[in-house]
Amino acid sequence: MGLLHRHQTLLILAAIVLVAALVASVSPLVMERIVIDTLIKLVMVVGLSVFIGNSGVISFGHTGFMVIGAYAGAWLSMPPNVKQIFLRELPDWLIALQLPAVPSLLGGAALAAAVALVVGLPLMRLSGIAASIGTLSFLLICNIVYSHWTAISNGTGSLVGLPLFVDIPMAAGAALAAIAVAWAFQESSIGLRLRASREDEAAARASGIDVALLRLAAFCLSAAIVAVGGALQAHFLGTLTVGQFFIAITFLTLAMLVVGGTGSLSGAVVGTFAVAAASELLRLVEGDHDIAGVAITLPPGVRDVGLAAIMLAILLLRPKGITGGREIVLVSRPPRRLAPVLDMTSRERTE
Amino acid sequence: MTAALQLIVDALSVGSLYALSALGIGLIFGIMRLINFAHGEFIMVGAYAAMLTAAIWAPFAVIVAIAVALAVALLTERLAFRRLRASPPATLLITSFAVSYLLQNLMVLIEGARPQTVDFLSALTRSMDVGGVRLPWINVVTIAVTAVLLALLALFLRRTRFGRMTRAAASDFRMARLLGVRADRVIAIAFALSGLLAAAVAVLLLAQTGTVSPVMGLQLALVGFVATVIGGMGSLSGAVLGGLTVGVVTVLLQSLLPAELRPFRDAFVYGLVIAVLLVRPGGLFRSAAAMQERV
Repeated sequence: MGLLHRHQTLLILAAIVLVAALVASVSPLVMERIVIDTLIKLVMVVGLSVFIGNSGVISFGHTGFMVIGAYAGAWLSMPPNVKQIFLRELPDWLIALQLPAVPSLLGGAALAAAVALVVGLPLMRLSGIAASIGTLSFLLICNIVYSHWTAISNGTGSLVGLPLFVDIPMAAGAALAAIAVAWAFQESSIGLRLRASREDEAAARASGIDVALLRLAAFCLSAAIVAVGGALQAHFLGTLTVGQFFIAITFLTLAMLVVGGTGSLSGAVVGTFAVAAASELLRLVEGDHDIAGVAITLPPGVRDVGLAAIMLAILLLRPKGITGGREIVLVSRPPRRLAPVLDMTSRERTE
Repeated sequence: MTAALQLIVDALSVGSLYALSALGIGLIFGIMRLINFAHGEFIMVGAYAAMLTAAIWAPFAVIVAIAVALAVALLTERLAFRRLRASPPATLLITSFAVSYLLQNLMVLIEGARPQTVDFLSALTRSMDVGGVRLPWINVVTIAVTAVLLALLALFLRRTRFGRMTRAAASDFRMARLLGVRADRVIAIAFALSGLLAAAVAVLLLAQTGTVSPVMGLQLALVGFVATVIGGMGSLSGAVLGGLTVGVVTVLLQSLLPAELRPFRDAFVYGLVIAVLLVRPGGLFRSAAAMQERV
């Protein structure tokens, strides 16, 4: 089994991102911005899939890491004179500090990973729904803290004047890096053992797998990736508010992951592009139309309703998502002997 | 003394709304293992229904709110959740998230995103004077309505055939089915009850605040979840006690926290939720053994 064969999915996914970036670079500005925005969402969704895909635990809390990454990125990247206006209460050394783009993003990722380590230490001991509710509580706490602790965030007011350093190469580079890191994690022994626990937690424990520890590793890594996504989003728009990262984006990123299929990295990539495309098509539909002489106005909100309807349709008709939890491959190999065993457990569960 | 009484009534009235929301979520969770994100939207559509008919006659508005919330609850069950009944809890959770988002944005399409105000039973916001304590009528009414609803529900669940079927299904769905309980019927009953409870919350909330908005259900649904979880998932009395507890803790924190920490009140509440999850994963009011996953 060649190295190329084993990692062909990684190459295919990278090619998809590169094609999107190339198309964007020869497109008009509007299209370019749509592609950049999609690539940023891709970073977030790939980050989500590192945790949700490998562990099987649904997390609503990752949007909290977007907030953390976005604000930490802003602390590092904004010019000192702007920070004097909006973030006067930051420590002096932080106000004086101004870092270039990549270190700022990595700073955001580092803080998010550190926070993930602290909150994950207790949270990862939980399983199933309790874990989901725990992560949801974390998101709510993040939202409340960043909305009211004006010293670090300018409260519910917005931060403006973030350096606009996110262009196509930056967004595509981040997406490629996220995919590569996620793939490496998935193929590592940690990733493999974590996915074993996803299929059958009791059996994994019985085989000596420390499920909580592995989940914690995935939680920290995914928090870091998602935080980069949050920081990219903030530096793409140039403004940052806490409300930007709450229920709506939680829904959007989870929808992307579920539509593509939570079980695989390919699912994250396919789902992001599919939902982004559907969302843009729905945006075109919104507004005034003249169909055969009849004026029809579709009010804003059609897009959100359409997105929710698409997600529901996928859940009802294809609960495992577009990819069905499989990775994209060009050259398939004979199914591993593990496959029928997994099929049996899933059949038993749906009974 | 009077301050304490005032605090108790406040805490109980907030806790009552939370308890009703938690019970609506807990009923369905017990049977289907579905944490219903869309419960907040059942409340929201009920409140809009009452708002739109409030001008006609208040009791009529209450009936319309109940009818609409019931219909929406039953419809979502029929169209979305029924087909996914056998899916793992994570899929159900995401589905209810999608249903919630769909209902919310449908309401944005129909009525717009902005909050709207209405004069609905506003006489209730006046206060009565009891031995020097000023108690808003609405708080007393909320507590009374909750008590009556809980008593009726308890009677229904304990004394009627349908009620016993529902409780049996909540404690062990598969066993109940083997003993001849019809899944479709029992789940429909649970959703109907859930819709009814949502309508009650909608009416009480509307009388209290006089405001509706498409996102108004979120806070109550969130509190409902955490209440269900800390109360002990699948236990109905646990859900009620969980809701009351969250309400009481919220009101206590509001009055006990130093002023500069008060904006962070809810962060403390959710922090406590995480603490409860860790210390007693089976819930405050339930033995840990009952939570063990059934294999």
